[in-house]
Amino acid sequence: MTMTRNYILSLVALLISIALGVSIGAVMIPISALWDASNESSTNILWSIRIPRVLLAGLVGAALALAGAAFQGLLKNPLADPYTLGVSSGASLAAVATIYFGFSSSIFGLFTLPFFGMIGAGVSLIIVLAFAKLVDRSMKMETLILTGIIVSSFLGSMISLMIALSGDEIRQIITWLMGSVSMRGWPYVKMIWPFITLGGILIWLNRRELNAMLFGEERAKYLGVNVKKSKWMILIGGAMLTGAAVSVSGTIAFVGLVVPHMTRMLFTTDHRHLLLLSVLNGATLLIICDIISRTIIAPTELPIGVITSFIGAPVFAYIFFKQRRKKG
Amino acid sequence: MLQLNDVVGGYDDAHPVIKNVTFTIDKGKMIGILGPNGCGKSTLLKLISGILPLQNGSVRIDHKVAQSYSSRELARKMAVLPQLHNHSFSHTVRETVALGRYPYQQGIFSSWSQEDENAVVESMRQTGIEKYATEDITYLSGGEQQRTFVAQALAQKSALLLLDEPTNHLDIEHQKQLMDLIQFEVKTHGLTVLSVFHDMNLAALYCDELILLEAGHIVAQGEPHEVLKEKQVEKVYHTKIARISHPVIPKPQISLLPSSYSQKATVVSAQHINILSDYVLVQTPEPLKVVSSSLHNAGIGWYDTFMNRTVDEYYMCADAHEEMERYIQLAGFIPSKTVAMMTAVAVKHAIIKEYEEDGLSIVVVVTAGVGNAVDASKSYLRQPLWHIGTINIWVFINAILTDESLLQAMMTATEAKVKAMADEKIMDTIAQTIATGTSTDSLLIAATQQGEMQQYAGTVTKVGRLIGRGVYEATVEALRDYKRAKGMIE
Repeated sequence: MTMTRNYILSLVALLISIALGVSIGAVMIPISALWDASNESSTNILWSIRIPRVLLAGLVGAALALAGAAFQGLLKNPLADPYTLGVSSGASLAAVATIYFGFSSSIFGLFTLPFFGMIGAGVSLIIVLAFAKLVDRSMKMETLILTGIIVSSFLGSMISLMIALSGDEIRQIITWLMGSVSMRGWPYVKMIWPFITLGGILIWLNRRELNAMLFGEERAKYLGVNVKKSKWMILIGGAMLTGAAVSVSGTIAFVGLVVPHMTRMLFTTDHRHLLLLSVLNGATLLIICDIISRTIIAPTELPIGVITSFIGAPVFAYIFFKQRRKKG
Repeated sequence: MLQLNDVVGGYDDAHPVIKNVTFTIDKGKMIGILGPNGCGKSTLLKLISGILPLQNGSVRIDHKVAQSYSSRELARKMAVLPQLHNHSFSHTVRETVALGRYPYQQGIFSSWSQEDENAVVESMRQTGIEKYATEDITYLSGGEQQRTFVAQALAQKSALLLLDEPTNHLDIEHQKQLMDLIQFEVKTHGLTVLSVFHDMNLAALYCDELILLEAGHIVAQGEPHEVLKEKQVEKVYHTKIARISHPVIPKPQISLLPSSYSQKATVVSAQHINILSDYVLVQTPEPLKVVSSSLHNAGIGWYDTFMNRTVDEYYMCADAHEEMERYIQLAGFIPSKTVAMMTAVAVKHAIIKEYEEDGLSIVVVVTAGVGNAVDASKSYLRQPLWHIGTINIWVFINAILTDESLLQAMMTATEAKVKAMADEKIMDTIAQTIATGTSTDSLLIAATQQGEMQQYAGTVTKVGRLIGRGVYEATVEALRDYKRAKGMIE
């Protein structure tokens, strides 16, 4: 069956990218080091640096792609991405403020940045939803999009303000904003996976509802969908995914917008499969982009956000072109 | 099945769109909602389907208040087909139809049952969209998309179906297909349908009952003929209309009257009657309203070309209608605008007479051949064979005639003809009695529909007096002409 083929293709691509991500780097490590512990330094690099990095890249990629697919479906807008609702701006602002004010907490230690990032994401989501509900009781999709734009441009201006006023921290802030998964290690992986798992489940539970909502809230309601409940589940699930991803890796562009589109064009528009396939492909794309970002001009590492757009845009353009030509 | 009691609601609590609407729909009925733009038709559907909250009153489905159903339960009771919209993303046709089974799927890993599959396959077959099953819905035409959504609604297997202008954007072929399909479901499976229509005529054809809304109130409810009354429709829509009967089935239809429709002044006089070599011809600048028993284009209609054609005594043709149509075309006239008769009498024997009284004028044209004269009261003695010999009578009236007076004019003219036959002592050769006409007579009454309105045209009315006298005198003259030609009199 074609759907089985789609899953196999995506899974194989993911496994290959993991294998590459684990072995390629400043030191080439054979994949066999996974089970052959004879070379201690290889095993060490593998388990303490490479694997957590690949996992983190994969988790972030999966989270952004899934949130993107869900938001595009929910908002029925092909331009929507995980950042549309302003959640990422909240996370970014909190993170930038943390750097700018040089704020550090002994309780959170290393996690001060991601912790405040997540709080920022949560607060901005609450502001967006509360304001949207205030404007329009039924919380139409258009209201949500506009509210998201209002909130994120406002938060964006505050980020710009801090950048403008910052001195030595500017490089750190910019690097963070462009996104990176380097030097994070296991603690970050451990910190975000529960949020990503929970957010993912919330969205996946609504895969059929998302299919129905593509025809509009009204039709979905006629089909028996509890639109209100599904909308809340998807919004909160998506915000958890986005907040978790942004708080550890910054605002990595393009993945959340484009992976769902690529998956739709190559495989299916049916959310029952689209969501899972986006997870696999999002993870693959970010792992590959991470490999490139750290090897292309090694030993310098590029921000991963630069690579995602640099590689992603032409690939997307190619698929887009082929697809439109085929359909005539 | 569906009961609305004193329903009030809309978008704004201070100004409800729907005000105190109450009605009940029985199972297995198709009900149409009509009304001008902005009268609250779609709002009413949204109140029933629960998209908008009720401000007052209740909506009951199967004797239970609609709000007491869960989303899925409600979707199993009631399917709704809103107006067609564009979509940014798309599903295949099959996926779209399969979504109709959503209310039957429960649990985290709900499986697709055989019943789900059957419902989807059946509804795709009914709507004739199986061949598009794997196609992307955005690549289909409006009609195909609408059929896909109808299939989705049918797959829901609900007993109640709400439709919002289901035939919008469809051509008449697809309108008919869709309405036939829905009507079939109503008649055979007892589906109950409530549908908003813009097209009153379509609603009249398919609905058992109509509800006419005006500014959120019901102004009329009942069978189509009770609701689509000329005065009522004119009042609600602020538009001049004419109500007519459907020519084939007993349903009323509504016809618009364009306000800027103007006619060139048309008066038929004796000069308009042209005697050509093979036919008598009248052409008028504007079509006349005609009721006739002609060979070509009999019945009631509007025509501007009138032909009485002489054929050979031995004219035989398997399909006289088709031959006549070809003849009209070859003669350079438009068959759909022409009324034509046939006679064996040479056109030079056509009698043309003109009458005028009190500003009302008529023209009578008669050709008479009575080789086949028959006493209508004794015609049962005859074999039903076609013989040559016909009296063709045309009456052109320069006035406005109602349908009533057109038919009365037919009677008056016929009576005058019978009297002429009697006075000329034309015999039915078989019954040996005085004949009343021939077996193939034709009569045509044509009114210019300009000038004075003639409500009636019985024998003693203004126009009836002219017709009676004119037809009698012209027919007598034509009969004498015939006798003379046959050598029966000098």
